[in-house]
Amino acid sequence: MSKKSYSFYPGCSSQKAASASNYMVSVNSMCETLDIELNEIPDWNCCSASIGYAGGGELPRLALSARNMAISEQANPGQDIVATCAACWLATKETQERLHQDDRLMAETNEALAAAGLKVKADQKVRHMVEVLIEDFGYDELGKHVKKPLDGIKIAGYVGCQTNRPFGIDGESYENPKYLDKLVETMGAEPVENYDKKVSCCGGALAFSEPEKSQALIKDIIESAYDGGADMIVTPCPVCQMNVEVYQNHINQKYKTNFKMPVVYYSTLMSVAYGRSGKEAGLDGQVIKAKQLEAIASK
Amino acid sequence: MSDANQQMVEQYRNDFLREVEENVEEGEWVKMCMQCGVCSGSCPLGPHWDHPPQELFMMIRAGKRDEVLQSTSMWMCTSCYNCIVRCPRELPITHIMHGLAHYAKRLGIAPKNQPTHKFSQLFWNNLSKTGRVNELKLGLALYFMNGLGEGVKTALKMKDVGLGMLLTKRLSPMELIGGHKCKDAKGLQAILKKAEELEAARIPVAGK
Repeated sequence: MSKKSYSFYPGCSSQKAASASNYMVSVNSMCETLDIELNEIPDWNCCSASIGYAGGGELPRLALSARNMAISEQANPGQDIVATCAACWLATKETQERLHQDDRLMAETNEALAAAGLKVKADQKVRHMVEVLIEDFGYDELGKHVKKPLDGIKIAGYVGCQTNRPFGIDGESYENPKYLDKLVETMGAEPVENYDKKVSCCGGALAFSEPEKSQALIKDIIESAYDGGADMIVTPCPVCQMNVEVYQNHINQKYKTNFKMPVVYYSTLMSVAYGRSGKEAGLDGQVIKAKQLEAIASK
Repeated sequence: MSDANQQMVEQYRNDFLREVEENVEEGEWVKMCMQCGVCSGSCPLGPHWDHPPQELFMMIRAGKRDEVLQSTSMWMCTSCYNCIVRCPRELPITHIMHGLAHYAKRLGIAPKNQPTHKFSQLFWNNLSKTGRVNELKLGLALYFMNGLGEGVKTALKMKDVGLGMLLTKRLSPMELIGGHKCKDAKGLQAILKKAEELEAARIPVAGK
């Protein structure tokens, strides 16, 4: 296949030494193998990630994503905007939808953007990286690059919320989307069938502000993965990844559980299966080490 | 009661539904709710809400202004979008919850000690300063949002999480000085300022 180019919106958590920097490392390796060119939107800004609404009204929040789209239209004309973060994707796509539904909002947004000499049309497609993989490549093509099948690993596909609702991946249901399981299978691992908490919420940003309430949700997500016989959890979302991985000690203390479940990104799995090193797959970014993946990567 | 709030009470006397329709993000949808309760049953933190969405919608129609706007409920929205995709009338419930929370904040009557209310404001302040979120400063601001004593306690409780992130290079102490930001942060701030002005002209209450 020939090189594919996209306008890339990495988002705050993907930056160097930020919470999902390991995601970015594995995405870069995966894209290298698949010959995907990611053209970063120059000087992109935060999307406010469905939590800035105390201080940010509707129009200022829309203006944030509109600025990114405006710069993308200038710098990477004609290229679909691709985000790896669920919240970045959602906020940008929502902004696009809202601007096209409401002429006044479109006019006011452009009036605001003019303060920095920008204007937006917002007519380029806004996509999650997973959509690119499934729609522009497809499982067969993705499978062709597998050098080291992830044999013998059982993985719970935790889709979570924002890559699934309200937009979701075309052709998938909200209650039981299958794409993550299919990706797991394509990489040679075994998906957990009927993973109960596949689309349940981890608390999102409220894991910070309402830790006890959120950790109760996270406990169920991990427990259900263990119940299904999972060795690890895979997710497409940076917030899901962090929330489900880093609070396991706190949950163990509170609920007398014994959790030690690695939580990885789809791009981590794919990088390892594509024969990349542990470092290139971002495995050194695991707070709970994914030892089975490390073993395959170092083979 | 704040002046802004008093002003709106007088302007919309006895018609809270109209006030919501005119001033709250996606508020024009509220009257479409048919009280089926699917949203309430779908909410991950629903058991902690004093008034789940379905109830808030009925209370808006019943004119229970203070009870709605001073409620902690909508501040516990995790933005999971379960309610949106399951609503048979397709109300954008998540957005209405954010809209109600923001409107209450604008009027100065949002519950002051609700932790997500505080966090949401910290998040906005953090991102609008430089254009990008500084995770370390945001985390520290969160720990210390209830004062120094509680902050030290929280920081100690969270030190293993922080250490794990530090050791895997997913957190850097360098973020305290400098850190990631937009080059044209000034341009971004000019955009936000203009957007705030335009919004304030439509909703006749200055943001808080």
